[in-house]
Amino acid sequence: MTDQGFEERRKHLADLSDQALYDYFWELAGKIVDPLIEAGRIYTTPAIERSVLLRMGFSSLEAQAIVSGVIEHRLLPHGAGHVVWKLSEKLGLEIRDTGLALAEGRHWKEAEALFGEVVS
Amino acid sequence: MKDKEKKSGLVPARETKIPLQPEERLDIRKILEGLEDYHSPRRPWHWREERDEPRVVGDFTYYEVSKPVERSVPLPGSRGFGYIDPQPDCVITTEIASGRFEDDVRRMRMAAWHGADHIMVIRTTGQSHIDSLIEGTTQGIGGIPITRKQCRATRRALDLIEDEVGRPINYHSYVSGVAGPDIAVMFVEEGVSGVHQDPQYNVLYRNINMIRSFVDACESKAIIAYGGQLQIDGAHNANATAMEAWKVMPELMVQHAINTAFSVRCGIKPENIALSSVPPTAPPAPCMRLDLPYAVALRDFFPDYKIRAQQNTKYMESETREATVTHTLNMVISRLTSADVQSTITPDEGRNVPWHYFNINAVNTARQSLNGLDGIRQMVDINRDGPLGERVRELKERAILFMEEILETGGYYSAVEGGFFVDSAEYPDRKGDGIARELDGGIGNDTLYRRADDYFAPVSVHFGNNHIPPQFKSASQAIGGDTFEDPSKIQFIDELDDYDNVNVRIAEKQKYYDNTNLIRPEVEFMADGTLVLTMLLPCDKRHAEAAAIAIGEKLALSECEVIHSQVMHPAEGTYIEMKGKVGFDIDLAQLVLPEEVETLSEAEIREEVHERPMTVVAATVGEDEHSVGMKEILDIKHGGIEGFGIKYHYMGTSCPVDKLVDAAIETKADAILISTIISHNNVHYENMRKLADTCIEKGVRDQLILVAGGTQVVNETAVESGMDAGFGRGAHGIDVASFLVKRRRELREEA
Repeated sequence: MTDQGFEERRKHLADLSDQALYDYFWELAGKIVDPLIEAGRIYTTPAIERSVLLRMGFSSLEAQAIVSGVIEHRLLPHGAGHVVWKLSEKLGLEIRDTGLALAEGRHWKEAEALFGEVVS
Repeated sequence: MKDKEKKSGLVPARETKIPLQPEERLDIRKILEGLEDYHSPRRPWHWREERDEPRVVGDFTYYEVSKPVERSVPLPGSRGFGYIDPQPDCVITTEIASGRFEDDVRRMRMAAWHGADHIMVIRTTGQSHIDSLIEGTTQGIGGIPITRKQCRATRRALDLIEDEVGRPINYHSYVSGVAGPDIAVMFVEEGVSGVHQDPQYNVLYRNINMIRSFVDACESKAIIAYGGQLQIDGAHNANATAMEAWKVMPELMVQHAINTAFSVRCGIKPENIALSSVPPTAPPAPCMRLDLPYAVALRDFFPDYKIRAQQNTKYMESETREATVTHTLNMVISRLTSADVQSTITPDEGRNVPWHYFNINAVNTARQSLNGLDGIRQMVDINRDGPLGERVRELKERAILFMEEILETGGYYSAVEGGFFVDSAEYPDRKGDGIARELDGGIGNDTLYRRADDYFAPVSVHFGNNHIPPQFKSASQAIGGDTFEDPSKIQFIDELDDYDNVNVRIAEKQKYYDNTNLIRPEVEFMADGTLVLTMLLPCDKRHAEAAAIAIGEKLALSECEVIHSQVMHPAEGTYIEMKGKVGFDIDLAQLVLPEEVETLSEAEIREEVHERPMTVVAATVGEDEHSVGMKEILDIKHGGIEGFGIKYHYMGTSCPVDKLVDAAIETKADAILISTIISHNNVHYENMRKLADTCIEKGVRDQLILVAGGTQVVNETAVESGMDAGFGRGAHGIDVASFLVKRRRELREEA
């Protein structure tokens, strides 16, 4: 069905060449995704942080426990992997041993202290 | 770092391989053994090789083919062409997920032998909403739980299967839901080569918070880009969901564009981005006329990206024949335009979770259609002058207007809140039945955290702001390399549920694993006992369905269920397909098989025919015009008896028996060969009887060897009908030549 709304609204497109139409299509697509990409740059999520911990050598169960602790102690904005790494440096422990300790609920005070003022 | 020293005893894949034997079933227990130490080295997507040149296969030149495989089961019709098996140029997909991966891997092996090289695994219901990886091997519903153990075991099996068939196999599943980045990581670690990833899918169909979905997708896509995997989007779901699917074409292009532009920004290379494109309609709609302009418009707008040609499932009912025709028409569009990945949906998807042989049927529909359409674009052009060109332009403009309004409304999030998507009117019309989601609603709302100025993720692949401490050249240097760089760091969890796992399921079927001679029919799970009866019942549909169940029960089948019924005529008859289960095993060791006739060697036949020349007369008899089988038995080119030096006089088709016998007498032939394909009312056996009687009447029966062949011919019955031998489906020239030589020896000895 070619409705009236379409005929009216397409007027500004009617004279565009196929190439111009193609270029315009991708220009619009770019404008739509710009803010979506920007959000990806500035936000993180529990899933992203778990994925970081998985790659640092933790199992899914361990990663989940660590991320829960990081959220509970309001440290997620710094990055869960960051917390584990920085604490391991501070304590002189292996990355893995540090993470496992956090998963078991230990060393959180030291972790909080490392990041000073907590970001909300 | 010292972490690196703790190797888990990781062994390169090749060293742990036990090659598959084509005559043996794949033993899942061997796949599970030592799985914790297995690591498949493969990862990036694999296209078929040697695609860009014409290739001679058998008697023909093909223009859209690829490198042959080493092992396969050719199409049945290939018998007439020397059993050729040209492999189409596009990757062929099959979707396998019965709920038990241990049975799926055997089906994957069957599919690979029929030409599938993209194995897609559907996830179990509800996995999208689990905010973590899941582990173990619990049984799934409508799919399987995608876990590390399941992925690793499946990939290990596929590593063996691809060596067996001689072509790499792409393993594929879904990076979606609220654990997308977790899954993306696991997939790269476990050698998964293809993924579905489209944040719009989460938003529209899984009600996951919009921002969460797109933020997660950035990380997932960065990981996919690193993995070199092929990414397939989710636009086809709009087609499957909208009430009037043929009207959503402009929106489909918009959805493709959003995910594509977004993916490129996340770092995925255009050649690894595939659009999941479905011809939106199906017959009895005039689907080619509706769908072809859409296919052309899409390819015009997305020339740099791959096309994954999905099959239309929106209008699929329980009839497998109808689904197969739709699939075939879809592939005409694939060949008239383009397809890089040809998907196949099993024709039984409209009635149940796909069964073993329907996966194979669907793959064969693809292989057959693509072979048949090879090179068609050399002869048939898309005509843009006329209705197609006009419609292509119109679709493009409608898509652009849709995107303009998204931006005017305030962007993607506002558009989704306004119910823009999956509205079943053709844009810019609106029906108001679209899917609307709230920006601050959905699963995972309130789980977004703004990264602090010192945010740091110490991994090799990451999207967005990452403040790497200045002492490190790369982020993962801080931890001495991550799992992408050092797979020995990957943590493997075996099972978390003592009662629901593969070991328990194997124990339940232990006797079938221990004794492979013990079998039951099966359609999805080992020894599930399921079989299907097809029947025509001469009554109306309601009675027919009830009668079918009664028949099943009388045959002692359990769990009888009508899976397809179709009216042939309101009173004259109903066609029924009914499934049921048998409760007994068959022991192959106890079966008495008909004796396998040993053929003489080619050299022995040739030598004897050289010493004592042999002549035969041959024809198809009765009202039978089918001469292909007979020619194959005779002709030197097809390995026929001519190749052994036997002379033949071919008398043509539908030859009267009298004429045939007279010709045999006249040429002093040693034998008469008749072919009879038509078997209605046993006419083929009647013709044999007639030939034998005529020979007796003319007093030549003792001097002539009489042989009958045809697809429905059984040796024993042929002999009862007066022949010396009968040859059925699958017989070759050497079988007949060997018999003729042996029988002539016997006759000489008797004389």
